[in-house]
This record gives sequence, C-alpha cells and structure tokens, in this order.
Amino acid sequence: MSHADLLPADVPVQLIDPDGRVTASADALPSPEALLRAHEALVIGRRINDQAYALVRQGRLAVYPSSHGQEACEVAATLVLEQQDWLFPTYRDTVSIVSRGVDPVEVLVLLKGDWHSGYDPVATKVAPQATPLATQLLHAVGVAHAATLRGEDTVVMAMCGDGATSEGDFHEALNFAAVFKAPVVFFVQNNEFAISVPLARQSVAPSLAHKGVGYGVRGQRVDGNDVAALLSVLGAAVEAARSGEGPQLVEAHTYRMQAHTNADDATRYRTDDDVEAWRSRDPLLRSAAYLTAQGLLTDDRVAEMDEKAEQVAAAMRAGLMADVQPDPQELFQHVYAEPTPQLREQAAFLAEELSREDAV
Amino acid sequence: MAENPAGQHEKITMAQALNRALRDAMTEDDSVLMFGEDVGPLGGVFRITDGLTAEFGENRCFDTPLAESGIVGMAVGLAMNGMRPVVEMQFDAFAYPAFEQVVSHVAKLRNRTKGKLAMPITIRIPYAGGIGGVEHHCDSSEAYYVHTPGLTVLAPATVADGYAMLRAAIASPDPVVVLEPKKLYFSKDEVDLEVPQPGIGRAVVRREGTDATLIAYGTSVPLALEAADVAAAEGRSLQVVDVRSLVPFDDETVCAAVRSTGRAVVVAESAGFASVASEITARVTERCFHHLAAPVRRVTGFDIPYPPPKLERYHLPSVDRILDAVDSLQWDDA
Repeated sequence: MSHADLLPADVPVQLIDPDGRVTASADALPSPEALLRAHEALVIGRRINDQAYALVRQGRLAVYPSSHGQEACEVAATLVLEQQDWLFPTYRDTVSIVSRGVDPVEVLVLLKGDWHSGYDPVATKVAPQATPLATQLLHAVGVAHAATLRGEDTVVMAMCGDGATSEGDFHEALNFAAVFKAPVVFFVQNNEFAISVPLARQSVAPSLAHKGVGYGVRGQRVDGNDVAALLSVLGAAVEAARSGEGPQLVEAHTYRMQAHTNADDATRYRTDDDVEAWRSRDPLLRSAAYLTAQGLLTDDRVAEMDEKAEQVAAAMRAGLMADVQPDPQELFQHVYAEPTPQLREQAAFLAEELSREDAV
Repeated sequence: MAENPAGQHEKITMAQALNRALRDAMTEDDSVLMFGEDVGPLGGVFRITDGLTAEFGENRCFDTPLAESGIVGMAVGLAMNGMRPVVEMQFDAFAYPAFEQVVSHVAKLRNRTKGKLAMPITIRIPYAGGIGGVEHHCDSSEAYYVHTPGLTVLAPATVADGYAMLRAAIASPDPVVVLEPKKLYFSKDEVDLEVPQPGIGRAVVRREGTDATLIAYGTSVPLALEAADVAAAEGRSLQVVDVRSLVPFDDETVCAAVRSTGRAVVVAESAGFASVASEITARVTERCFHHLAAPVRRVTGFDIPYPPPKLERYHLPSVDRILDAVDSLQWDDA
C-alpha cells in the first residue's frame, strides 16, 4: 500500500449536511432501517446525557463527562459492531456502552462511586471504561491479537479523544496493531478540547487521522455530527479490519457542547459564540431533518422514540436513587484471586472495628 | 529432567531452569505466550527464551516493537481474551515505561471488575546488579512493585526456585512480577526440577543457625550464606532465611526464625530508604519485639542511583558489612 492510500481525504466525509440534505450520492447512504435505528439510539443517548447531567446536580452521580453533541459518534461506534466484537470505551462513552445493550445503571456505577466498573466486561464484550488516557488502546490491540491467534472473527473498536492522541500509548498501540495486523478500529472523537486545551495546542498535524500514515495505518476523517457518514465510514473500517486489512484509524470531527465534567468551567477557555456555531450542527436535528424529509420519521415514530428514551431515563433515575451501601469487606476480596495473609488480617481488623461501631 | 544415564542429576544454570520452566509451561498449555524484545530467534539477551520460537512457532514466542508500555499493555488485552502472556522486560530500568500499565491496569483490573477480569500475566524482569553493568541495567526495583496492591512479587535465588517459581507464576490466576537475579543466571546447581518447591507466599530457612538470623532474597541469598560460612569459622552460628516471595510475605516463617535466634539482620542490595528491607525490619520488630535482644539491622545499598561499574563494590552489601551488622547486635560477651 502506498502512503497516498493511507492518507485521509482533505475534507471529512459527510453524507448529510446540517440542514438534513444529502450531500453525496443517495446510494452511499446506510439503509433507512439502519438510519432509523441510529436515530432512535441518538434520541435515547441525548436523554441519557441530559438525565445524567441532572443527576449530578442532585448529588446522585459524583461526576459525569457528557457526550452531549457527540451522540452520533457514540451510537455509530457501537451499531457497526457484531455480537462477537469488543468495544473499548473511555469515561465519556457511556452512551456507546448503553447502545451496546448494557444497563445504564450498571454503566454509571463508576461515576456514582459504588465501584470502579459495574458491568461484566467478558459477558458484554465491553472493556471497563478507561479513565487514564490511551492506555486502553493497547489492551484493544491485545484482545484483537488474541482473537487472531484463536481464529476468532472479532473486531475491536478502540475509542479515544483528541487529547489521548498525544499520549505515548496511542502511538505504541497504532504501531503494535499495524505490525501484528490486528483487527482494530481506532476511533478518535476529536471534540476540539482536552479539558481546556484546544486542538491547536495538542497537535499541529494536518489532521489527527494523518497520524496513521507514520505507522502504515489508513486514516480517515468523518463528520462526527453526521450519523449516516459515521455508520458508513466506521462500518467500512470494521469490515476492512475484519477482512484482514489490519488496523484502521478514523477521526470524527465533532464538538463537546458541555463542559468536560461538572467540575470544569468551560467559559474560561471558550466563548458562547463558538458553542452556538456548533449548536446548528447538532447530530439529532440533522438526522431528524433528513428522516422527516424522507417521510421515514413520522409523528408516531417520534412519540415512540421519545417514550423509549423516557423509560430509559426513568429507569436511570430509579436505579441511581437507590442508596447502595457497598460491603466494606469487598475492599479485600478482589485484590487477588485468594487474599494474601496480610489482606486477611486487614479484613479481620476492619470487621472488628465495624462490629465495635455497630455495638455503640 | 536433567538426568544423565547413571541416574544422577546434571548441574544446570538458573538460566536453563527458567528456560525449562517456559518450555514446560508452553507445552502444557497452548494459551501461554512469551513475548518481548529480542526474545524470538535471539533467545533473549540472557538466552532465557532460547529455542522457544523454533519449538513453538512465532505465534507463541515472538519479538515485539521496542516499546515496553506496548508490551505490557498488549499483554493486558491478551489476558482479557483468554491468553496467559509471559513478557520479558529485558532489564530492570527498561521496565519503567511500562509502569503505568503495570500499576494502573495489570494490578487493578481484577479489583476494578470485582473479579470478572483476571490478569494471569507474568512479567519477567532481570533485576539487580553485581555484574558490572552500565547505567539503567542494574536497578533493584522491587519496592515499586511490592508497593502496588494486586501484584504478586517473587525473587528466586536458587536454580530449583528459578524453575518452580516461574512455573507457579505462569500458573497463577493473578499477575506476577518475577525478579530474576541477573547475577545468578549462570550459577549452577545439581537439581531435580521435578521435586516440588514451597509455593508462592512461602519463605524457607536455607541454613540453620542459633545465634542470629539473616533475612535475604534474590541476589542477597548467596551472599548471606557466604557470610554465615565465614561466621561459622569464627564460631558464630547464623541462620539464613530466603524470603522468596516478597508479596505475599511469609510473616510466619520469617518471624519464627527470628524468635528462635532473637537477633536479625535484613540484607538487600536496593537503596535502603523506604525499601523492602525497611518493611521486613518493621514487620519483624512489630511481631518479635519481646524476643529480640537487639534492634533489627539492615544491610542495604546506599540511597543513591545505582553506581557505575567501577564503584558498585562500594555500594553493594558485602560479607564484611553483614558480619559487622551481626557484631552490633548487643552480644552479652561483647
């Protein structure tokens, strides 16, 4: 493969513009069923983001890194996967994990503070959400390489943000995946900011997708607020990886509409005008405009989707209102398969201390 | 089994014993993979992986790009998907780029997922000095790993333990850091590798003695035995305990030994401040205080970056320093 084949196009792939008009040939679009399914996931994803944000304000979640505005990336990353594939999400990718079928309450255990991961990564084929940056990309390569060695037909979707592309592990992961021809799709959600640091202070490369060429990995750019383009580009990348073409790198251009988390003050590093400019490119509005114009999204269907989203939100509220008191003895139970003598002593010490508290 | 026609066991080196452990583990279990830098056709810079690629193929023993974080990070994913990776870090100080992967993921994933994700990963690290190596080739980095909950940390000192402990590490459902004493790679012993050795978490008394207990691990064990030999010639009977397993730590064996003599010296070549030797000293003091005739002493390296080859002999524990420490243990006849 020549280096020219590895380079992304100058302009991100877009199939539907912000007004809902088709900008490519119509047969490049995913099927109406696929787009309706994606739109429903977008509606639910937005509701999850906004509900979680409210739950932070009510003190039910310790923190929530919202993907409001990035939902198209979130749902497309999951919808292009098959049952046997793996998803490697970050802390911001709650909506992706829910789209994979994991109960939002289990996903939010981490952010609620009950434990570090609330779902079974093996059963769900969703890795624990990564909070350090880019470290999970190497795990994704390992899972993919194991799949190759075991003759499994598995692709791994490895997600990260723009800031993570500066980390050493991002580069080691791309290089390892390329050398071992691992079936991994590296999916960068470039939302313009790493907490407060803008992309221009992160990288001066022509695009983040260009970083693939140094490793012999094909890079592509896609409009991150166009769910049709995302399904198409990510779907093709997954198929390429599945058919033995090795790792793929996809950069989505999108925007984080809310602050990094509730602990962040976004007004210190960006203006309202910037945010407003992106509001008109909202992925839900775009998808709805297109589907409505095509006669695919009727009022009944909208009501049905809203109802589903409301049910998800209600279940989230109920699940997160429950005050779960984690068992303090669990502190010692999962450090090793069998606790060391030292941990047994400490468990006994804590049990004794708690029994004295109870006696008071 | 290294056995000659007469039925006697041949002398083999620790390097050969480690190689045999890898070969036997890979033969018994298809999911065991060995990878790292130069471990393929070259057989590792210390030849610990000699012949494994030829025997098991390059899917089972392979060279990776030169990136330690990548090696350990990929091992995490392989373990997530059913493999038992064994990685070589080549030299102690070369393992530091992988530290985040070791500390944040290898050590924690079982805990983070309430036991749903096991990390049966073995991280082999040739450690410590005494070989005249240049900078970054002689660190004793055990304290970093020992301080990380979730890791098991082993330090074999004998040929038999080289085999047994590496086998135990690979069989463990948890991540194990095996600190292989470079200085002892080519020490020979006549051993039957099939004789079971005490498992992970067990210390052993290597030499009986009644006057004082020397507590050592890894490269310091032969040194402690040598010191006990010299002391015996001078009429003092020193007991030598080989800790073997730094995590889990065998308080029972170590403390029983110290109580039997009432005096103890801990020997390790790493910098002494906030070290494994410090931890052992504190544990022994807490548990054996009323049996002690004198404060527990430490003989360690200085609190300096590992020195250049021409100066390492001033830094490393020596027989004389060990015997001086023993002499300071408030003897009645002194």
